[in-house]
Order: sequence, then structure tokens, then C-alpha cells
Amino acid sequence: MKQHRVYRIAVQIIPRAGLLDPQGNTITGALHSLGFKHVKSVHVGRHIVIETEAPDALQAETAVQEMCEKLLANPVTEDFEITSAVPL
Amino acid sequence: MKFGIVTFPGSNCDYDAYRAVVDQLGAEATYLWHKSHELEGVDVVILPGGFSYGDYLRAGAIARFSPIMREVVAHARRGGPVLAICNGFQIACEAGLLPGALVRNAGMRFISDAVHLRVENESTMFTSQYEKGAVLRIPIAHGEGRYVADAATIARLQDDDRVVFRYCDAAGNLTGEANPNGSMRAIAGIVSDEGNVLGMMPHPERAVDPLLGPPDGLLLFESLLARTAV
Repeated sequence: MKQHRVYRIAVQIIPRAGLLDPQGNTITGALHSLGFKHVKSVHVGRHIVIETEAPDALQAETAVQEMCEKLLANPVTEDFEITSAVPL
Repeated sequence: MKFGIVTFPGSNCDYDAYRAVVDQLGAEATYLWHKSHELEGVDVVILPGGFSYGDYLRAGAIARFSPIMREVVAHARRGGPVLAICNGFQIACEAGLLPGALVRNAGMRFISDAVHLRVENESTMFTSQYEKGAVLRIPIAHGEGRYVADAATIARLQDDDRVVFRYCDAAGNLTGEANPNGSMRAIAGIVSDEGNVLGMMPHPERAVDPLLGPPDGLLLFESLLARTAV
């Protein structure tokens, strides 16, 4: 049996491109009014950090992928990205 | 006929729903605790409004894993009626009982107001006592009520006549101003494929007593009662 170790994986969840993002739009407007005229768009999402045991980094990432599909992201409205697993 | 009203941690419209059913409709009702595995023989399940689990992660995302939800989903799969109001609608979408999702209002603000709804489909078990095209005045209270779904889902809801309520003005017209949260196609309520799950953001249980305004929500409950009386 392979030794399990703990990996840290971060997940970025952002609103699906093309869906109206009122929070991002509001912040874009605020940045424009501060003089940051070149800002094209802002999107606000969630950053989730998970520490999980797994036999190796790939299996840790696969598990987090499944967590995103089943719970962490809403498949109707959100996209997600997973960072590489970092052994702790 | 017995109604079962689910209480999650953070539900806050369960009592209103109970009083609407017992006092105004004159039917039997019982609360169903979120940790329970038993529907106690109820005929209709109400998923009430509130902020279940503090809206952590996403509104309704955690509540769908409550033990009682396994029973509610089984009840729905058997064709049992489920009335999912506000946070209940969000939970029903997260649980896969209804398509689409409810996201932050287009105007970013939480809205507590009375709005007009147009009855789009009067042939459901929830709306048989209404006239098609009737304009109702029903309260809303939500921050995440903007209904969204992919284009194929929206088209299917439309083609199958599953949009039950739309936001409209007092005359029944669909206008941009009358859509409080920016919902696609002004959708305020939809039914499931089989027609036995209704999800809606407005609160019919808050519009059942003439003392508090037009009791336009009462006919929804009476429709359910009329169905089983047949």
C-alpha cells in the first residue's frame, strides 16, 4: 500500500464567461472612476484552499476536480481552475 | 391532505408557510427537521425561504446534502408535489430537481418588495385555480433571485410550457423595469419536467391574509388542495 501524504490544492472559481456579472461590472466602474481607465473587465469569484491526503499529486488533483464538479462550483453558472498539488 | 414543511438551519419562512397552510388553507401541516429521514406521510413538501446554512458556498448548495433532502428527492421522483419557494427554489436547483440556477440580482441589491406576476401556465397542479394571464401581487425578498440557464434549457422550458410565472407590470406587460432581478425571460417560477415540482422566488405564503394585502398567493395552495379533492 502506497504511503499517503498531504497535498495542498487551490481552486479558483469564477462566473461563467458571458453571464452577466453585476459585481464585476460594479467594481469595473469603481476602478474607472478612480482613474484606472484601461480596465476592461473584472470578475469576482471564490478562492478555495483544500488540504487532502492522497497517494500522489495526480490523485489529489483528480479528487479535487471531482469535488469541484459535485459541490464547489455550480456547473450552470461557474467555471473553475485547479492549481497543481503542493506536498506539505 | 398533509403538508410537510422542511426546516433547515437558517430557514426563516417555515413558520409563515405553516400558518398559511393551517390558518388560511385549513389543511394539516407538520415541520420536517433537516436531519430527519422520514417524510411522515405528507402529501406535499414545501421547501421554504430563508438562508439555509448561511448561504455558505452558494445559496442552497449545502442544504441539498441534508438527510431530509434524500427523502424529498425520492418523493419528487415518485411524482409527489414539491413547492420550493425562494431559498427552497435555490435548493431545488442545486439538488437537480429543477434546471438552471439562481444568481446575484442584476442590481446587486437585496430586494424586499411586492411585485406583479403573470400566470403563464394555469394547467399545473399549483395553478389550476388561477386564470391564464392573471396578474398577481406577491412579495419578493431575495439577493440571489436572477434565474439563469443555458440557451437549450431556456428553449426547452419555453417549448414545454414550464414557465409558470413571469415578472410583469401591474397591467401584465413584460417590461425591463418590471423584472426586479434581471432573470432571463423574466422567469419568476418554473415547474419540473413532470410538473410536480414548482420553484419560485416570490413568496405566495406571504400573500394569503387580506389583512396584509391582496391574498393572491392563496389560490396556489387551494390549487394543490383542489387536485387531491378530485
